[in-house]
Amino acid sequence: MVLQLSVFLQNKSGKIASITKALHDAGVDIRALTIADTTDFGILRMLVSDIQTAKDALAKHNCIVSVNEVTVVAVPDEPGSLSKILDLLAHEKIDIEYMYSLFTHGEKDAYMVFRVSDGKRLHSVLSQNGIHTVPGEKLGLN
Amino acid sequence: MERYYQPEIETASRETIVALQNERLVKTVRRVYENVPFYREKMIAAGVSPDDIRSIEDLHKLPFSYKKDLRDTYPYGLFAVPLKEVVRLHASSGTTGKQIVVGYTEKDLQIWSDCCARALTAAGCTNEDIVQVSYGYGLFTGGLGADGGAMRLGATTIPASTGNTQRQITVMHDFGATILCCTPSYALHIAEVLHANGMTKDDLHLKAGIFGAEPWTNEMRRQIEDQLGIKAFDIYGLTEVIGPGVGFECCEQSGMHINEDHFIVEVIDPDTGEVLPEGTQGELVFTCITKEAFPILRYRTRDIGVITRGKCSCGRTLVKMSKPRGRTDDMLIIRGVNVFPSQIETVLLEKGYSANYQIIVDRANNFDSIEVQVEISNEIFSDTVRGLAERAKELSAALKTLLGLNAKVTLLEPNSIPRSEGKAVRVIDKRKLLD
Repeated sequence: MVLQLSVFLQNKSGKIASITKALHDAGVDIRALTIADTTDFGILRMLVSDIQTAKDALAKHNCIVSVNEVTVVAVPDEPGSLSKILDLLAHEKIDIEYMYSLFTHGEKDAYMVFRVSDGKRLHSVLSQNGIHTVPGEKLGLN
Repeated sequence: MERYYQPEIETASRETIVALQNERLVKTVRRVYENVPFYREKMIAAGVSPDDIRSIEDLHKLPFSYKKDLRDTYPYGLFAVPLKEVVRLHASSGTTGKQIVVGYTEKDLQIWSDCCARALTAAGCTNEDIVQVSYGYGLFTGGLGADGGAMRLGATTIPASTGNTQRQITVMHDFGATILCCTPSYALHIAEVLHANGMTKDDLHLKAGIFGAEPWTNEMRRQIEDQLGIKAFDIYGLTEVIGPGVGFECCEQSGMHINEDHFIVEVIDPDTGEVLPEGTQGELVFTCITKEAFPILRYRTRDIGVITRGKCSCGRTLVKMSKPRGRTDDMLIIRGVNVFPSQIETVLLEKGYSANYQIIVDRANNFDSIEVQVEISNEIFSDTVRGLAERAKELSAALKTLLGLNAKVTLLEPNSIPRSEGKAVRVIDKRKLLD
């Protein structure tokens, strides 16, 4: 499992910029980032180099944050491999809350971040099927 | 063991109080008639002479006074003594119009201090306490009113006034304040800054707080009590009547005892002006019977409440008024439905939100809209869109059940809503209903 930082985004201009600035000032590197948006608010989800430092820095800027466990899955970089994994989850009745991809350099696998209904079971299902998950250390996460 | 500041009044028999009120009312009406042309003309127009007022039974014969009367006679038209006898002026800022001004003789200030000293004593304050007064000092009655009461009791007063919340906390901590007096919304803001500083209630010595000058709910009371580790007491008053100390809460925390030896309360139907029986909700009306400089008669407060004369466990016999449900001028009429901000506050706090909220009312295409903006906390924040949307929906449904209106709920991050050091701004009404 990998720890992910989520930030509540109030619908106002400059909000995301203020978050990235706060992280920059705290010396935190963003390894992955995705935004979920609705008409009223958004949620910014990130994998960062130092989650505690990031959390403290954002709390100082009146940000509402939460930390959640997610799974980073190594998806072979070839047609059909993501589809195969998703079929497997559907078959095992593991619901996906959300997912997003993560860019990496020079890897043969594409990395996907998953938040699911049952993270523990996801790990066992994946390992039984020979699908690799990626530990935080490999992504430079602390 | 309950303590009283003036037990001979606070626990007096009904007969004693009525006898005092009869005598004082008759004298006041006569004096006002003689000294204030405005009241004299009004009484003549209503066909009432001072001889018609023989006891409190005759009070209903007197015409009402309104805020407008204070504005029309601004600045000194309602004063009943020459200015050379007036030692203090206070003014109300007039957020809804022109400001008003009231005056006090030296004796009036003593009466006022006595009223506040009763309130402080009921909250457990003695001459060994350290009272931090974080109401504004100045033309506003809050600061100097509470200060006068604390001085009367011989307590040590910290005249902190409002503002500079960091310094308030430093002073509170270093000087060992045991009693806090301020607006309830400012008390919560102090708690917020305290926690942001990494401190808790255990770092302070507070045991009680007396909060007033704006409407607040019992849910807000619980939050204040919880976050500051104190017992929170309500205090009632208006500049036009005297300032804080017209009524005060005792250990029972179930309404405020009115200082009936100085103020007579009536509850009336705001539409017909008819006096309502005790226990019926209506507009509170006050008559001052001891004040020299500014003895207002039958003043329409616009506060909606109930008075009850049941036996109070604290031993006081003074009549009790409920926490005002709202002011008739705070009441919003949205799509024909009466809405008090306090009702919305109750729902928010019950659902685990903060007391930092704002109600935005607007009108588009002749259709009123109401939006409730509230700050969320880490506890409420769920990492999924669905989770947050559900929270907003749940709140909207609770508001719908209570008000019968669809209110838009907007969740905001902390400190989005401007903090007030005095009275909180709860409602922004953008409707242009009048030209």
